[in-house]
Amino acid sequence: MKYLKHVGKYFLMLRQVFKKPQKWSVFREMLFREIEDLGLKSLGIIAFISFFVGGVVAIQTALNVDSPFIPKYLIGFATMRSMILEFAPTFMSVILAGKVGSYISSSIGTMRVTEQIDALEVMGINSLNYLVLPKIIATMFFYPLLISLAMFLGIFGGYVAGTLTNLFSSDDYLYGIRLDFDPYYIQYALIKTVVFAFVIATIPAYHGYYVKGGSLEVGRASTQAVVWTSVVIILLNYFLTQMLLA
Amino acid sequence: MIEVTDLYKEFKGIPVLKGVSTTFEKGVTNMIIGQSGSGKTVFLKCLVGLHVPDSGIICFDGRKQKELDIKEQRLLRQEIGMVFQGGALYDSLTVEENIMFPLKMFADQSFSERMDRVNFVLKRVNLENANKKFPAELSGGMQKRVSIARAIVMNPKYLFCDEPNSGLDPNTATVIDNLIKEITEEYQIITVINSHDMNSVMEIGEKIILLKDGVKEWEGSNKEIFITENEAVVNFVYSSNLFRKVREAYLKETK
Ligand SMILES: Nc1ncnc2c1ncn2[C@@H]1O[C@H](COP(=O)(O)OP(=O)(O)OP(=O)(O)O)[C@@H](O)[C@H]1O
Ligand SMILES: [Mg+2]
Repeated sequence: MKYLKHVGKYFLMLRQVFKKPQKWSVFREMLFREIEDLGLKSLGIIAFISFFVGGVVAIQTALNVDSPFIPKYLIGFATMRSMILEFAPTFMSVILAGKVGSYISSSIGTMRVTEQIDALEVMGINSLNYLVLPKIIATMFFYPLLISLAMFLGIFGGYVAGTLTNLFSSDDYLYGIRLDFDPYYIQYALIKTVVFAFVIATIPAYHGYYVKGGSLEVGRASTQAVVWTSVVIILLNYFLTQMLLA
Repeated sequence: MIEVTDLYKEFKGIPVLKGVSTTFEKGVTNMIIGQSGSGKTVFLKCLVGLHVPDSGIICFDGRKQKELDIKEQRLLRQEIGMVFQGGALYDSLTVEENIMFPLKMFADQSFSERMDRVNFVLKRVNLENANKKFPAELSGGMQKRVSIARAIVMNPKYLFCDEPNSGLDPNTATVIDNLIKEITEEYQIITVINSHDMNSVMEIGEKIILLKDGVKEWEGSNKEIFITENEAVVNFVYSSNLFRKVREAYLKETK
């Protein structure tokens, strides 16, 4: 019952968010700011993690398929598929849910408890539209780029791991990643990414916006935001996979 | 004129405002006084629409707040300037950007016109050379002044100040008080100020409303506040030793 109330309130919030911005020039300025805060500033961590995850996946696969009947190019093939299908879109989105989600909910939550949101409203500004819409557009536009980079770096990480450990040859790996390549998989991954980006921008915004109390509650809301964003991403991942691939 | 009729507001069954009625005229500094927790902030937030009253009517120059749709309410709010008790400055923006923000949002002006206006109001609140600072880098009094500057930058028809000079030294407090009074008279604004500072009351209180436990106990001017026999007023005035002596001397003299 309680959850249902939150879901209802969340959708009511979205109705206020998706209004025409009151001033386009201000919207544009906010958008660029958000692209920097929510996107560019996550580039480093996403590049770092995806590179090493790719390396580990390649090594694990190499160690686990240590049988003469299984061809070595399977390592490249498996790394490629798992990076594109799951690790880049889903795993990285969960990481972003932690990093960006806590940032969004604590920054909006702080604005709420220090009455900055009230100050916006008193001026006659639609605070939800002003604060949240640029975040949604920024993440939905930028995360596909970010996740594509993660795919590439993950696969590259696998390649580097192979050359460093000599567990498989780079020729096998390069052959494997080109094997049976289907662009639809990329499409599928990017569709997921866009949906997750929406979730990462809106669920933490919801938690921050409706905070009541002081800094303690802001902290609590930000934890809640990360938990719920991750849960929703994982659930949506399941349904989207079933819908798009099965 | 703002007319408030029988305003009632409760939080979770606990009444905070119990039927307050009054009117606020333009060009006059209206003050709401009362002890901490008497409902001053809640009253002000009901006026600007941040709290929705449980019952009662608030009417801005013929516009009944309850009957406005969201769009009309936003239009009305563009005519409102508010100084929050805690300042409520946007902490990601500099002083200059804070004040320019409403202009950017609602006025079709060039950057240099906006900048001129910002510098004008900053000068008005005696705050220069702080343009590029962030709110966190300012003293409490400077934050208050930025907050006032932001509230008046759009030439509001209605100005609401929630304890604009609490936490300021007596000197700055008087400067701020007089500033608000000046602006009110100059631009014929409807100004409502929350305060529990007797100094400000004597300095600028042209119409004073005393709230006690959510009820309007008394209404009058700063001339009358010394001679009234109203118990709540006497208690409030007497909570300051200085003013007790002043009042007693005043009464003796006029006898
Ligand atoms: N959002 C809220 N939820 C529940 N109770 C509230 C809320 N806001 C105010 N109150 C209660 O209403 C009463 C009046 O509070 P208010 O902030 O109006 O006092 P005040 O007169 O402004 O005091 P001060 O001079 O200290 O600012 C207090 O008892 C407070 O606990
Ligand atoms: Mg107050």
